[in-house]
Amino acid sequence: MTLLKEFILPRFAQWLIVIFVGVTITFIIPRLSPVNPVTEALARMQMYQNIDPEAVQAMHDTLLDLYGLDGSVLEQYVNFWKRVLKGDLGPSLASFPLSVNQLIGVSIGWTIGLLGTSILIAWTLGMTLGSLAGYYPNRWWSEGLEKTLITVYPVPYYILAFVLLMAFTFYLPIFPLIGGARGTAALTWEYITSVLHHGFLPALSIVIGATAHRFIMAKALTTTEKSSDYVQYAQMAALPQRKILFYYVTRNTLLPQVTDLSLSLGALFGGAIIAEFVFGYPGIGTTMYTAINNGDYNAIMGITLLSIVGIATASLLIDLIYPLIDPRVRYR
Amino acid sequence: MANDVLRATIRDLFRFSLSFRFGSIILVIVGILLLLSFFSPFESDDRRVVPRNKPPSQEFILGTTGNGQDGFWLLTFAIRNTLMVSGLAVLIGRSIAVMVGMITGYLGGKTDRVISSIVDSIIVIPRLPLLILIAAIMQGEMTVLSLALLLGILDWAHPSKRYRAMILSLREREFTHTAIFSGMNAVKVVVQEHLPFLIPLLLADAVAGFLWAIGMEVTLSVLGLSDLTTPSIGTLIFWGNYHHALLRRRVWILAAPIAASVLMVVGFYLVSLSLSEYLDPRTRLSRLTVGEQIDGGKAG
Repeated sequence: MTLLKEFILPRFAQWLIVIFVGVTITFIIPRLSPVNPVTEALARMQMYQNIDPEAVQAMHDTLLDLYGLDGSVLEQYVNFWKRVLKGDLGPSLASFPLSVNQLIGVSIGWTIGLLGTSILIAWTLGMTLGSLAGYYPNRWWSEGLEKTLITVYPVPYYILAFVLLMAFTFYLPIFPLIGGARGTAALTWEYITSVLHHGFLPALSIVIGATAHRFIMAKALTTTEKSSDYVQYAQMAALPQRKILFYYVTRNTLLPQVTDLSLSLGALFGGAIIAEFVFGYPGIGTTMYTAINNGDYNAIMGITLLSIVGIATASLLIDLIYPLIDPRVRYR
Repeated sequence: MANDVLRATIRDLFRFSLSFRFGSIILVIVGILLLLSFFSPFESDDRRVVPRNKPPSQEFILGTTGNGQDGFWLLTFAIRNTLMVSGLAVLIGRSIAVMVGMITGYLGGKTDRVISSIVDSIIVIPRLPLLILIAAIMQGEMTVLSLALLLGILDWAHPSKRYRAMILSLREREFTHTAIFSGMNAVKVVVQEHLPFLIPLLLADAVAGFLWAIGMEVTLSVLGLSDLTTPSIGTLIFWGNYHHALLRRRVWILAAPIAASVLMVVGFYLVSLSLSEYLDPRTRLSRLTVGEQIDGGKAG
């Protein structure tokens, strides 16, 4: 019972506060935008036809009502929470009559597939290579690997992605320029290979960046851990090196790495805006970018809400299961 | 005296650290390019002063753009502006971070809990969408200065937590109590006694901030959300893409800013890497056994 009261409840309260404050801030900011979604929508409608001014005024009022933008900001805010608690993110303002739920539903699968896979691959790769390089710091391969990844790591993600795009869709056109797949979704060999073909380059760019980061962290942690007494003892006891490294050293460096992994998986719902922008990938980042450009408050709010909840939940979960991963951490 | 210490430190770094040697050489090159911008024969917004779309040659070593600008001189302006934006952003962000970190770390108690939970809430807000959102709101009115301000305001939450942890541990040290008992007030204790301990962390952190700010400058410009009339690494790439430099086989227009940005960030990163390695007490110990020159540095 004290466990619940002193450990779980405070963290749960923190989770609630974090989500509440985060969502409130993101509620206010788009409303400072001069882009008014109602006039935008009306402008789109009037692009190809002349409409009677009175009818325009009537439509303006109807749209305000439909979009949930009537009333003071405070009223909108209260209504917003009411809706969200029911699981309804409201109508999309730019692609009305689609709802934000539908918009997210269409794109989230692409993002989870692309980002989820690349994050897991990068984590495993970075952990393994970093641990090996930290344990054997003076081999030619570990030095070469370190020099390469140190050069790659600070490069802005956009530059990395853009250079890959230039290299593999323009000079050496073996990958498609945009899109997530070819043809209609079906469980055919052709469709699945086209998904992989389209996703390869964006995934590669994410994997390269994330692996470099993971490698540097893993190597630093392993180097520190390697100087511990127990490692020297194990070496003197002539345990197999591989066993010392992966059963003792790496396990001890796992804690911050698992935290990072869970946080980046939690951030998955925010999508990878730049990756999806560069490679024209139909994920949630692209949806977000379009929403921002169109002043689509509801879609912006919906996606931000999702990513805030994702990250907050990931850090709550990791807090709660820490003691299971590392027995040195006790529930306090 | 302080000068001697600095010189000794730099000499040691040069001698022992490969990454410092490479990094500082790269940064010196970047610095020279930056300074050259002040001696440019053209203004940064001069158009049609040279033949248009010429590939790199002896006369125009980085070619010329579609607007008739010289690629090389334009690049020097771009480097200057990008570094100015990111430098200012780092300064603003770290100042806020140091202040918040000191207040929460030193005061502790209720103030700490309230501010810390606000900071925790700010950390979970995804920064890139927020940045794009604000930049989209300010579209057209974005200047170099407001971009720097925006980046600075968004980049303090994480570092402030690191500084807070540092101050928290410093507060429990013997010398803090001595200072308080000898009648120093809180501000003085924090600024005079604790701040010096933060400086190494701050240095390494500032470089991380630089990397982030440069990346964001490029990202926002490429999306067309920064001040597109001012040449910067990002806007050069934006205009290159806008005029389809790749499809028209004018790759030099894009290659120059890409190469410059890579050079810049790698230089910064290598120097920060060697600095944090140098400041790490564990490696300092192993270095002491290599030579005694450091003793001179330590005495200061």
